[in-house]
Amino acid sequence: MAVLTSKVNVRDENFQANHQAMADLVSELNSKVEQIKLGGGEALQERHKSRGKLLARDRIERLLDPGSPFLEIGQFAAWEVYEDYVPAAGVVAGVGQVEGVQCMIVANDATVKGGTYYPLTVKKHLRAQEIAERCHLPCIYLVDSGGANLPRQDEVFPDRDHFGRIFFNQATMSAKGIPQIAVVMGLCTAGGAYVPAMADESIIVKEQGTIFLAGPPLVKAATGEEVSAEELGGADVHTRISGVADHFAVSDEHALDLARRSVSRLNHKLPEQPVINDVKAPRYAADEIYGIVGTDLRKPYDVREVIARVVDDSDFDEFKQNYGNTLVTGFARIHGYPVGIVANNGILFSESAQKGAHFIELCAQRKIPLVFLQNITGFMVGKKYEAEGIAKHGAKMVMAVSCAKVPKFTVLIGGSYGAGNYGMCGRAYDPTMMFMWPNARISVMGGEQAAGVMATVTRDGMERKGKSWSDAEEAEFKKPIVEQYEQQGHPYYASGRLWDDGIIDPAQTRTVLGLSIAASLNAPIEETRFGVFRM
Amino acid sequence: MFNKILIANRGEIACRVIRTAQRMGIQCVAVYSDADRHAEHVQMADEAYYIGASPSSESYLVMEKIIDAAQRSGAQAIHPGYGFLSENEAFADLCASNDIAFVGPPASAIAAMGSKSAAKSIMDEAGVPLVPGYHGSEQAEDKLREEAERIGYPVLLKAAYGGGGKGMREVHKASQFSDALASAKREANASFGNDKMLVEKFIVQPRHVEIQVFCDEHGNAVYLAERDCSVQRRHQKVLEEAPAPALGEETRAAMGDAAVRAAQAIDYRGAGTVEFLLDANNDFFFMEMNTRLQVEHPVTEMITGQDLVEWQLIVASGGVLPLSQDQVTLHGHAFEARIYAEDPQQDFLPSTGRIEYLRTPAEDRHVRIDSGVRQGDEVSPYYDPMIAKLIVWDEDRDRALLRLQRALREYHLVGPTTNVDYLHRLASHKDFVRANLSTQFIEQHGDALLKPAKGLDSSLAHACIGAAIALHQRPAGSANPWQAGSAWRLNQPALQHIELVYDDELLRLEVASNGDTFMVKTGAQTVELHARLSGERLEVTHQDHQFTLKVALGERHYTLFSSHGRVNYQLVDKDSAFGLEEDAGTLTAPMNGTIVSVNVEVGDKVEKDQPLVVMEAMKMEYTIKATVDGTVEQVFFQAGELVSDGAELIALAADE
Repeated sequence: MAVLTSKVNVRDENFQANHQAMADLVSELNSKVEQIKLGGGEALQERHKSRGKLLARDRIERLLDPGSPFLEIGQFAAWEVYEDYVPAAGVVAGVGQVEGVQCMIVANDATVKGGTYYPLTVKKHLRAQEIAERCHLPCIYLVDSGGANLPRQDEVFPDRDHFGRIFFNQATMSAKGIPQIAVVMGLCTAGGAYVPAMADESIIVKEQGTIFLAGPPLVKAATGEEVSAEELGGADVHTRISGVADHFAVSDEHALDLARRSVSRLNHKLPEQPVINDVKAPRYAADEIYGIVGTDLRKPYDVREVIARVVDDSDFDEFKQNYGNTLVTGFARIHGYPVGIVANNGILFSESAQKGAHFIELCAQRKIPLVFLQNITGFMVGKKYEAEGIAKHGAKMVMAVSCAKVPKFTVLIGGSYGAGNYGMCGRAYDPTMMFMWPNARISVMGGEQAAGVMATVTRDGMERKGKSWSDAEEAEFKKPIVEQYEQQGHPYYASGRLWDDGIIDPAQTRTVLGLSIAASLNAPIEETRFGVFRM
Repeated sequence: MFNKILIANRGEIACRVIRTAQRMGIQCVAVYSDADRHAEHVQMADEAYYIGASPSSESYLVMEKIIDAAQRSGAQAIHPGYGFLSENEAFADLCASNDIAFVGPPASAIAAMGSKSAAKSIMDEAGVPLVPGYHGSEQAEDKLREEAERIGYPVLLKAAYGGGGKGMREVHKASQFSDALASAKREANASFGNDKMLVEKFIVQPRHVEIQVFCDEHGNAVYLAERDCSVQRRHQKVLEEAPAPALGEETRAAMGDAAVRAAQAIDYRGAGTVEFLLDANNDFFFMEMNTRLQVEHPVTEMITGQDLVEWQLIVASGGVLPLSQDQVTLHGHAFEARIYAEDPQQDFLPSTGRIEYLRTPAEDRHVRIDSGVRQGDEVSPYYDPMIAKLIVWDEDRDRALLRLQRALREYHLVGPTTNVDYLHRLASHKDFVRANLSTQFIEQHGDALLKPAKGLDSSLAHACIGAAIALHQRPAGSANPWQAGSAWRLNQPALQHIELVYDDELLRLEVASNGDTFMVKTGAQTVELHARLSGERLEVTHQDHQFTLKVALGERHYTLFSSHGRVNYQLVDKDSAFGLEEDAGTLTAPMNGTIVSVNVEVGDKVEKDQPLVVMEAMKMEYTIKATVDGTVEQVFFQAGELVSDGAELIALAADE
């Protein structure tokens, strides 16, 4: 037992100010989510319901087991990205439990631009499939979409990670034995028709679902044939004549029940699981994280105070506690599952990078999932550090992170800057899932630093030409750079572009990680083989 | 005394007899039909014999099978309970000729009381007061009508060979006479195979007061006070009590003496009950004598401290009555409530199905439960739908009544609909509390009794059931957070949608929760409460009010039990929710039963609500009516055929 003892005083003024500041960010987050839940707005939702259809989120609710959690991903996808308002990028996705099996559910929201695929819709759909493939989660597609967003065809159709990749993924996942189930509950036109056609099993709702390569207007234009949508590609046609779909449903509710029955027949088995302990809640309240962390990234705190509020029984068995102490590494459990935690407690030095690489090797060897709590301004700079080879030590950590085959989970709890992002399993390092706190920031370096670097370069150039540059002019020069970094490094900007899988309330970190880890263990943990470490 | 007896009955009375017999050291043999293979009475008995298919006409009413079981088991006596063969003189004879003691009166006494008209002339001779009436054999309608007019309306038409309220009709004016007679005769014919009718003066606001008598073969006869069974529904007793309120020693003695005279007039032996109508002037009139142990005998046992089954066995084995008249003492007051599987809101339609959940009040010297069912048992359509009898005792009527009310609140059954809340409303009705009793009680207060008591506010009840379901889904100590039943949502309160059927309507609940705080939305209403579930107890805090509910989550029904009564919910039947059920034109049997008549033929045009088929089940007639205007396409059954629950009876094509 190595139970952490918190040194935090919850009556401290700073703590309370921090708590309030973070609570404000969380309530802003929650209210934005409330808005996103409304999809295309109440008027369109009412119209959708008046046709006897369920809303995308209500479909998911009915599909899930009673009491099942739902780990939504990409909740903020397309948030303030396009001129159009496209909440959740028009597709609700996430992991939920159906008939006792964790599944990836992807549900088009027809109230959002007819459920058409914007570039970020495609990206989100593919990301959901990527998680499913990584975690061996059966996929359930609740299809109700007009297909590709035609005005943006150049951003959704031709490239590798565009629309076609959806069907490629269905094929390759099916080949790996990851079940693909489609429920056609609305339009499913043109390329979209391949979602049910490529599925292992498909269900279609009478008088709602239609599947065809070309809709009635296109058919009329092409051949002059006049035909109704239902006659052309309705449930009866496809379950009785064409065989494009397998099960005939009389309503959304019926279709979702049939989908549940499909999942119950999957014969889904979990691979060998790690040794799982009884769950004990942390000894400290989760929302105390607010008061510890606050919203000012420059104010340091001991990351162990955060760990004490995330791991079971606040029990954290540290590894190399006295060495390279700007990186905290150690073993713990989250919801009973063993994890290795790698957390920043300051800037990375050579020792901390080597320690990180060593610890990641340990976890890969023992098949223990890794959790990265990322709050890093970068690696230490300066002559002394370059000379001691900080670049090669940092490279060791990046090598270890890249090659480790255990499930990896990254939470951006503060800054995520420069090479620190790489060593701490940023998006490029394929974390199984990655989340961001609402106080976090992500960019190649801090706005101030970037502005400073660019000002120095400018000043040098000016001085070489013999020009002078007043402090006021320099401040004027730096201001837009700082503002740009602040805007682009912001969680909503980042999550809107799907650089992560979602912004989360810091107090929900433990739950999010527990659900993510448990879901990831639907896939067996592979053996790790590392590349060449530069010694 | 006997070493071994056979109990030719089932359900609570079989269990009741076995309990006393086993206490006396007597071995008990049970008999059972298919439906009762695993019934409680079978398991309580020392051994049991299978006697045939579920319908009682193929099992419990087949005398030869019962005699055979008795002979094979070596039982020296047969206790018939009540109902079935208990008042069948042929059976009593058959026992005698097989040298088996019949725990009941001699066949001759049964025969004497079996025909109501014959019984009355015997009673008349013995000086027992009778209700004015016509008991003659001339049965022409005009004659009966003439007699009715002689006696003076209102009159009562009764089947001469009837009982249990079958073949009985009240006639308040001459214009109703013909219809009432026809329907009484039809029912009498169907039930007893004989439609001979009696006509009697109908006594206004009478009480039903009956005397328990006991005779032995040594010439001793006593009466064990009386029971007031005025609260009746269609001549079926619902609530009984002893002693009768405000009867007075003098009247009690007069009635008791008359009852003993009645018994002695027919050389009675064993337990019998002489039923009287008591009018407002304390005048009483003989109605009939039941030659068996009555359902409601426990109230007599509670106030006399005697075990009537023990008495029966003593007398049947040739013993002497344990007490003489002057040794019989009365102490306190007792009530009995008959708990039935029936729906008071639907004209007391019997209900069937599995008992998904059963918790009963603790038994002690104040509370007694005579029951023949346990949780998991099926209430089948084959037998009387009585589930149990709840009996309470205390020093006086007021205190006993409080105990009855509380015990009814603590009788928790989920599955078939029951009359428990109805019984509570009866027992709490101000006129019942004041003992303003008459056999018209239920008729007079009918609507008030059907109105649910003002209990838990329905939106609060919905919030409680929502919270209870959500809490129930949180298993303790599950490691996998996916299995924690938390209904967790990212950046939102935990949320779950629950659909139930309440009051025949679909009820949609949105339950948002955070720990033990619940926000339950129903339509436009949101109720916030704090709730904790420990076992079946839901501890609720709503605003400034704390209370505790019992929550029963059955397989198809969820029920909340509170001190104000119960709130029932049904789980949504998926097939009907998906609209996969048969179309409106199909007409099905509401339960297992027999077709009495088919009123239409293929091709007939019918109007909505037109009666199409009459069937009989659970001793009641049901009329199946057209659901829409249309044409009869097919008729699947004919009169006399047996049908099972859900069987399609008529195919009806709706008019366009």
